[in-house]
Amino acid sequence: MATVQEHLQSLMGNRVVETSGSSLSRETWNRLRHNRVALLGLGVIVFFVLIAIFAPWLAPYDPRATTWFDQIRPSSVPGPSREHLLGLDESGRDMLSRILYGARASLVIGVVSLAIGASIGAALGLLAGAFGGWVDSVIMRITDVMLAVPGLLLALSIAAVMGQSQVAVMVAVAVPNIPLFARLLRSSMMAERQKDYVSAATSVGLSRRPLVMSHIVPNSLGPMIVQGTLALATAVIDAAALSFLGLGSADPGVPEWGRMLANAQRYLNVAPHLSIIPGVVIFITVLGFNLFGEALREALDPKLRR
Amino acid sequence: MLTVRDLRVHFPIYEGVIFDRKVGAVRAVDGVDLDIADGETLGLVGESGCGKSTVGKAIVRLVPITTGTVTFDDIELSKLEGVELRKARRHVQMIFQDPYSSLNPRQNVGSIISEPIKTHSLRHGAAVGQRVLELLDAVGLPRGAAHRYPHEFSGGQRQRIGIARALAAEPSLIVADEPVSALDVSIQAQVINLMEELQQQLGLTYLMISHDLAVVHHIADTVAVMYLGGIVERAPADRLYTEPLHPYTLALLSAVPVPDPVVEDRRQRTVLQGDLPSPANPPSGCRFRTRCPFVQPRCAEEQPTLRELRPGHQVACHFAEELAEQRVSVR
Repeated sequence: MATVQEHLQSLMGNRVVETSGSSLSRETWNRLRHNRVALLGLGVIVFFVLIAIFAPWLAPYDPRATTWFDQIRPSSVPGPSREHLLGLDESGRDMLSRILYGARASLVIGVVSLAIGASIGAALGLLAGAFGGWVDSVIMRITDVMLAVPGLLLALSIAAVMGQSQVAVMVAVAVPNIPLFARLLRSSMMAERQKDYVSAATSVGLSRRPLVMSHIVPNSLGPMIVQGTLALATAVIDAAALSFLGLGSADPGVPEWGRMLANAQRYLNVAPHLSIIPGVVIFITVLGFNLFGEALREALDPKLRR
Repeated sequence: MLTVRDLRVHFPIYEGVIFDRKVGAVRAVDGVDLDIADGETLGLVGESGCGKSTVGKAIVRLVPITTGTVTFDDIELSKLEGVELRKARRHVQMIFQDPYSSLNPRQNVGSIISEPIKTHSLRHGAAVGQRVLELLDAVGLPRGAAHRYPHEFSGGQRQRIGIARALAAEPSLIVADEPVSALDVSIQAQVINLMEELQQQLGLTYLMISHDLAVVHHIADTVAVMYLGGIVERAPADRLYTEPLHPYTLALLSAVPVPDPVVEDRRQRTVLQGDLPSPANPPSGCRFRTRCPFVQPRCAEEQPTLRELRPGHQVACHFAEELAEQRVSVR
């Protein structure tokens, strides 16, 4: 009897003693790696990031050069040709070059505005979640006020106050994100703090800072990461919307997908490709972020975990 | 030596749209006295919602104490705050019910176990890792577990990790809140035996909170029965099981099935009617009177205090003597 038990134990012992454990982040990555949708989304994101980085080498022409302006008539804009793969725009500039360079503006605005919005939001959420009480009440009332104003309206008024510039667009896109991230982090911290491992850490004698920073916060970040990916998609759309409404960079020569869309609407009958191309590019970028964000949400969801 | 005197934990109930107004309190624990001698085990039993977990959490200061004192080895735990409380927490550790939520999923086992050691500077440098391995040995986990994460372990193994974490602080008292009720029966015995072994080796004092009378009977020296925030009976374990004096204890014990169909068929059972009254609005007089099969007019007027009926055997019932005699005559 005893020998059988010993034998079993030695077998099980060997199975348990492997070289190293697998952390949650590693497991999440493994899960993502086997998810086709996630890989597709990631592929799209990487594709556009590479385009943004290597635009000067990829673009056949200078995106500002109006060299072919004499080919533009009010009744006809030249479509795709061998020289200009995506045709010319309404000012006689090479469309392909403008789309490639446009990736820079869109992604930079998206990433920077998200970084501003998420970090300020996370800081507020962290304070509210860590201290609770009146700190929490004050911060939550501030976010309530911010949430009461529709996002695009808030962005528009900020952009209007700050004037036409890319910085204004970034700030305008960032601000409506602040209350979202603040509330998200606060609520997931509140949920984590109810769990026994936080009680255990408290009863071990940890002070507030390590308790919050090494226990509560790391376990509350999952939803933030997912929200970040999804908010990036929204930020790209919002940035396009603001420049569509004429609040982007003051220099009309700067290529932006949203503005390309705005300028093209006058030529919708004559040259629909002027609207369709930037529209499709915005759509694909946003889709990439959304697919990846959703897949990430699934991969991080504890209910789906074995 | 743990001494708890007149412990009360009331959770306020708030109401109001803009300004919170206190409209009442849930009296989760309402005047509990406990004594546990060094190296002994006190079993605290009672049904769900009777406040037994809250007693445990109040002793380790995880819930705010409304009034009363908790003293352990001349340290008045209930008085301490801030840094002093954090330092004192080392002496009283807790084992949690749910082995899944009680371990941080992002910490590996080595880090979980070393946290108390580092927090209280019990070891330094390489000695920390050495101590972690000692603790893994002590709770019967392979040393390789240190590099692994909680989700890679089974419930029983996780509970061992929780025990190792509690031991890491080198406590004298361990409050075990339903430590085995989330585990399979076969695993329960292993964990209980481990706890007993550790108690003998390290001279630990246990407060064992459980709704499982068999588990408590096995491990406890003394058993206290709790009902609606108060203790109704306290006796040495063997005495309580063979000669219960409080009607609630009688009912609890008669609810345990006997693994013999003939005896099970014939034995007399006291079945309780109704639910546990709300601790926000407890009944007047005796807390148990709304469900007591032997209720008398006096029970509604006067709250019975815990009194010593036999040596070491205390009951909170006005009619304990009569009941004891009646019970003998029925048999």
